[in-house]
Amino acid sequence: MNISTITEQYVRERLTKGVREGGRGMFEFRNMTLEIGKMINAEGSAEINLGNTKVLVGVKLDVGEPMRDKPDEGSIMTGCELLPLAHHSYDAGPPSAESVELARVIDRGIRAANIIDLKKLFIEEGKSWNVFIDVYVLNYDGNLFDAGTTAAVAALSNARMPRYEDSKVIREGNLGKLEIANMATSCTFAKVAGTIVLDTDGNEEDFSEARLTVANDEKAVRAMQKGLGGSFTPKEVDKLVETAFEKSKDLRRIIKSSKVD
Amino acid sequence: MDKPELIINGKRLDGRTPEQLRPIKITAGPIRNAAGSAYIEWGTNKILAAVYGPREALPKHTSDPDKAIIKCRYTMAPFSSLEEHGRPGMNRRAIEISKVTKEVFENVVLLDLFPGNEISIFVEVLQSDGGTRAAGITCAAVALAASGIPMRDIPYAVSVGKAGDTLILDMNKTEDNYSNADMPVAINPRTKEITLLQMDGELTPEQVRQGMAMIDKAGETITRIQREALRRPYEKVQEKYKASI
Repeated sequence: MNISTITEQYVRERLTKGVREGGRGMFEFRNMTLEIGKMINAEGSAEINLGNTKVLVGVKLDVGEPMRDKPDEGSIMTGCELLPLAHHSYDAGPPSAESVELARVIDRGIRAANIIDLKKLFIEEGKSWNVFIDVYVLNYDGNLFDAGTTAAVAALSNARMPRYEDSKVIREGNLGKLEIANMATSCTFAKVAGTIVLDTDGNEEDFSEARLTVANDEKAVRAMQKGLGGSFTPKEVDKLVETAFEKSKDLRRIIKSSKVD
Repeated sequence: MDKPELIINGKRLDGRTPEQLRPIKITAGPIRNAAGSAYIEWGTNKILAAVYGPREALPKHTSDPDKAIIKCRYTMAPFSSLEEHGRPGMNRRAIEISKVTKEVFENVVLLDLFPGNEISIFVEVLQSDGGTRAAGITCAAVALAASGIPMRDIPYAVSVGKAGDTLILDMNKTEDNYSNADMPVAINPRTKEITLLQMDGELTPEQVRQGMAMIDKAGETITRIQREALRRPYEKVQEKYKASI
C-alpha cells in the first residue's frame, strides 16, 4: 500500500463520518487572510492565504492597442503561473492545461461581472489601457480557483490608475484609483467520496471526483465551470448555486474590509 | 533623460553612504510545501526562494550516477518592475542568471551524498529594484540551509558599482541604470572563496581590489542576517517550550 492509498483511505473515511481537517463544516472555508498592496511596483496586488494555499496576484496597466473586434475598449488579460516553487509536482515549462483552465475561469468571473468597465479604458483611436492580472501560486494546498478570484478582485479593487500624458505612461506620484464597477466572488465545490464540500484542501482535491466553480455578484451568477470526470445532478447544482450566493456575502465582506485607501 | 548625479555631498540618492547596504530582512520557511524556503526583502527587492529535493533526477538523462545535480530557475514576475508588464518565464538574461546561480551552489552543496538525485532551487523575483541576482543567491542560500541539505558554507552575494569615480556598494535600480560599472560577486564567507564574479563597465585593477574589500566587509552584515533568519524559527520553538514549563 503506497502513501497516496493511505491518504485516500483517510480522507474518504473521515468524510464519510462527516469530519474534515481542522473540524470545519462541509460548506465552510478555511481561514482566509488578505494582504493588499504589498508589491508597490505593480499597480495593484493582493496576497491571499487560504489555509496553506498561498497566492499572490499582481495587476499591471499598460497602454496598448485595443482588441481588433473591440476598437473602442480596453482589455483584460489573466495569466496563471503554477510556480514550480509552490509544489513538488509543478514543472517549469509551457503552461499546463490545469493553469490555463484556472486563468480562464478566474478571468470569466471578473469579465462577466463587469468589474471593470472596459469602455472607460479607451484612450484614443488605436490606444487603450490593457489590464494584466497575473495569478502567482506560491504554495499549493487546494482550491486555487477561489483563492485566485478573491485575490484578483481584491487587487483590482485597490489598484492605482496610471496616467497617459504626452505619449508617456506616468505610474508614480499623485494617481487616482482604477475605477471598479462591481464585485465578484467564487465558490468552488467538489464531490469527494460522494460528499460535496466547499474549498477542498490539497488532500481532498487529490481524490475529488467532480468539481464545480460558481462565480457570482450580488444579483446574478456570472460564471460557472464544472471540472473533473465525475458529475452533479441538477438538484445538486441548484443547491450549490444557492450555497454560493450565501457564502459570497462573507467573501465580499472580507474583500471590502481589506481595502486600503 | 539626462544622467543624474548619483552622489551629492557624499550621500547617495537614497541617503546611503557609498559603503552602506540597503536594509535586508530575511524570513526562513514561508513556503510550506518546499524542503526549504526563504523570503528576502533587500531594499525594495522582494524575492522568494524555495528548494525541492534531493529527489530522483528527471528526465533520467540529466542525472549523474556519481553525485546529485543542481537545477536552478531564476524568474521575474511580470508585475515585478514599475515599468510595463513583463513576460512570465525565462528570457536570455534569466537563463544566464539561473546558470551562474546554480554554479554558486554546486560549489558548496555536498553533492556526493546524493548520487542520481536532483536538488531544485527556484528563485522568484516578486518585486525588483536592482541587485536581484545577488539578493536571490543570498536568499536561496538560506532556503538551502533551511532544507537541511549539507553544505560546506552559506554563500552570500552583493554587488559593487561605480558612480562617477566613487565605488558604491549594493546599487539600486536607478544607480544601476546610470553607473559606470557593476560587479556582482558571491562569496563563501568561511573560506572567502569567490563563486560568482561578473562585471561590466569600467574599473581599474585598483578599483576591483577595493570593490572586493567592500564586498568582504559587507559579508559580515549579510552573513549575520542570514544566520539570524535560520535561527529564528528554532528560537521561537525554544521560547514556546520555555513558556510551557
